[in-house]
Amino acid sequence: MSSPPTAPPSPPAPSPGDTAGPPPGRPGGASRLLAFGRNTWRGLTSMRTALVLLFLLALAALPGALLPQRSLNQNLVDEYFADYPRLAPLLDRFDFFDVFAAPWFAAIYLLLMVSLVGCLLPRTIEYARTMRAAPVATPRNLSRLPHHAEATVDVPADEFLDRVRTRLGAGSRLGWRTTEATESSGARTVSAEKGYLRDTGNLVFHLSLVGLLIGFAAGKLFGYEGQVIVLTGGGQFCNSSILGYDSFRAGLRVDGTQLDPFCIQVEDFQADYLPNGQPESFRADIGYQTTEDLAAGRTDTWTSYPLAVNHPLRIDGERVYLLGHGYAPRFTVTWPDGEQRTGETQWRPVDQATLLSEGATKFERPGITDDEQRRTSQLAITGLFAPTSSGGAVVTSVFPELRDPEVAVDVLRGDLGLDDGRGQSIFSVDQRKVESGELVRAARANLTPGEDLRLDDGTVVRFDGVRPWVSLQVSHDPGQMWVLGFAVLVMIGLGLSLSIKRRRFWVRLTPAGSGCTVVEIGGLARTDQAGYGEEFDRLRADLLDPPKDT
Amino acid sequence: MPVDPILSLFSDRFFMGSVAVYVLAMLMHAVEYAAARDAPAKVLVGAGAPVEAEAADPVEPPAPAGRTRAERFGRMAVSLTVLGVLLHLGSLVMRGLAAQRWPLGNMYEFTSAICLAAVVGWLVVLHRSPALRRAGVFVLTPVLILMFLAGTVLYAQAAPVVPALQSYWLVIHVTTVTLASGLFLVTGVASLLYLLSRSGKAAGLVAKLPSTDVLDRVAYRVTVVAFPIYTFAVIAGAIWAEAAWGRFWGWDPKETVAFVAWVVFAAYLHARATAGWRTNRAAWINVLGFAVVVFNLFFINMVVAGLHSYAGL
Ligand code: HEM
Repeated sequence: MSSPPTAPPSPPAPSPGDTAGPPPGRPGGASRLLAFGRNTWRGLTSMRTALVLLFLLALAALPGALLPQRSLNQNLVDEYFADYPRLAPLLDRFDFFDVFAAPWFAAIYLLLMVSLVGCLLPRTIEYARTMRAAPVATPRNLSRLPHHAEATVDVPADEFLDRVRTRLGAGSRLGWRTTEATESSGARTVSAEKGYLRDTGNLVFHLSLVGLLIGFAAGKLFGYEGQVIVLTGGGQFCNSSILGYDSFRAGLRVDGTQLDPFCIQVEDFQADYLPNGQPESFRADIGYQTTEDLAAGRTDTWTSYPLAVNHPLRIDGERVYLLGHGYAPRFTVTWPDGEQRTGETQWRPVDQATLLSEGATKFERPGITDDEQRRTSQLAITGLFAPTSSGGAVVTSVFPELRDPEVAVDVLRGDLGLDDGRGQSIFSVDQRKVESGELVRAARANLTPGEDLRLDDGTVVRFDGVRPWVSLQVSHDPGQMWVLGFAVLVMIGLGLSLSIKRRRFWVRLTPAGSGCTVVEIGGLARTDQAGYGEEFDRLRADLLDPPKDT
Repeated sequence: MPVDPILSLFSDRFFMGSVAVYVLAMLMHAVEYAAARDAPAKVLVGAGAPVEAEAADPVEPPAPAGRTRAERFGRMAVSLTVLGVLLHLGSLVMRGLAAQRWPLGNMYEFTSAICLAAVVGWLVVLHRSPALRRAGVFVLTPVLILMFLAGTVLYAQAAPVVPALQSYWLVIHVTTVTLASGLFLVTGVASLLYLLSRSGKAAGLVAKLPSTDVLDRVAYRVTVVAFPIYTFAVIAGAIWAEAAWGRFWGWDPKETVAFVAWVVFAAYLHARATAGWRTNRAAWINVLGFAVVVFNLFFINMVVAGLHSYAGL
């Protein structure tokens, strides 16, 4: 082994947080309060507290991974409530299904940040001071340092001093920082120190963590996320108000009145699949109009863009993502009086692997003036849609691509409840209306495109064909560039602080008569980073046994 | 894109081959360990565990000039490990060629790659501190357990990956995560051995280990390399998530546990700088960190549903 064992854990590396002893108490009401405040502050900003808080943070985040979270999947949370009817409400009371929005979670990381700032402020000040201060004077007894060597050379002290200066690169930017002194005994000393960048890195790292958190919080306050389904073949969507979205999650400071307007038109969607049904690629060809386009009235041209997974559209601080896709079957209903209506509503996939979908396409009978009659003659075509049907009596899908589409439909007639003022899902009918008998099944059939079905009153329902839809997400996060910037700083700071050692090196030259000098060298790494040994050995070799031919 | 069945088959054969060679290497290490005399550095064990008596190996003849038997077995073990690494690497490369993509697309592939990273990391450590060689059996054992799991439970046919995974960020993110995880295995083992050594328990087993100082230093040094890589990997993952899922951080279970692991390793580094925490507590935290990484790899991928469920099972 070339390196001696690690420095004993006793190097004098006083970090301000570590010295959290209570100051000598001075009794008295106000000063006791002061002392309490000071002690609390010292306690909070000590390394030990930081450690405990780090642990608490790790522990507190765990339920966020182990329990279903509302922010990720409300359905799983509902299932959990159904499975554990006693436990779930209790957990819910303590926000265990919204861990990352819970006050106790915030309390932990805010305390950690306070501790961090409180720990780093004094360090920054000390750091500024030591950056300018001269290296520490040479200890009297170098042999007590973890790295040490001694030799007698037949070179006068002055000459040897030159050699030390050159080897340490004293004065150059990359070299050691040195000071020299002459002791009362006549011995010459050199104190050298290196690795100041380590502390810079440590500071940059910690401060960037604070910046990162602030950027993250800003994104949560001022950002939003909305999802919308758009039919291909020219379907459009404009980011003008929350109402345009199927679902919208607003940041705390977003009320949806000031969205940057832009528009999207979806031309086409292509998916490629492997023979086993695994998707290989998704791509939507879209056109867009930016805020400036709209403001300048350029509303008849679209800039085209291939939107794909991993390839979002980025405009004006907004990003548009391709999240998913599905199918919208098209039905035409022809009533006995010859009136005709075509409906095309997206159905939702119930099986992601085969895109078997369910939905409800709803119609009102046209040309009816009587309110009561109009309300009770509504139609809904509900059921299952298979993009590639197995062809059996019960429609199932065997492949996600549109190869052999078929629907299995129930046609319901009666009151859909559209006038009840209750919002209802576009994917299903109101079951209460079915149960109450206001909505009755009029027919059931399996249809392939072009096939139709005749109801008892002569109404004809035709399955015309299918059109794919895509679901898009619009995201806005003004904090994310900041987060990225600070994350990069975190990396840089971490790299510096972990790869650079703060270390000291001392030389004492004692003239020993007849041109000889006793050379003593000693070294100390200020942190417990192992590895200074090798560097010290090189220094020793270079100084004490230089190659003979020089 | 079609998968090349021949290459895929060869990849599997190479995988098996590397397992077999690692097993041999582990056996050699075991023989080395059994044949070795007590660790020369034993005096450094501060706790003064009374282990000397049992540990001495009476069969070992006094070291003749040249190498002892233990030495010879140890060297063979290392050579075999190198051979195993070559086969292992070949297996991954051929997977990539067979499926025409970066070979880190499912649990089989990245568990295998983590093992590769661990073994390579171990060889590098060994190159720096040859005194550690005796600990070889303790490193190869967990590696072989993981490889066994990879080759059986986790095994997946070579196949293309879903669109969300088709990105050069896969190369950046998953490769660095894998590398860091492999290194965490090495440091986790070092810390565990350190703890075992210091505890004075299982004395017969640990008597011949390298000194606690060496173990501690290796644990720290490897973590100091692995932690920034891991940090980078998490950041790269966030950048990728921004492009693929529409947000850079969403507390998906996988992200959450990665965060937890990161915080635990940060705590380890802090503990190293905190009075009273430097020795056993720090080592426990390091072991805990690796436990969280393993938990993230297996439990979160296979049990908890999330966006990261690409296990390919
Ligand atoms: C968000 C919470 C924190 C994280 C993630 C974190 C992370 C880290 C990491 C990774 C290091 C290793 C870098 C190195 O060794 O130089 C480190 C070092 C350090 N941290 Fe923190 N830290 C946090 C909070 C704090 C707090 C609250 C304090 C003050 C009490 C603190 C004080 C220090 C000090 C003094 C070092 C240098 C240790 C040494 O000299 O080796 N940190 N921190």
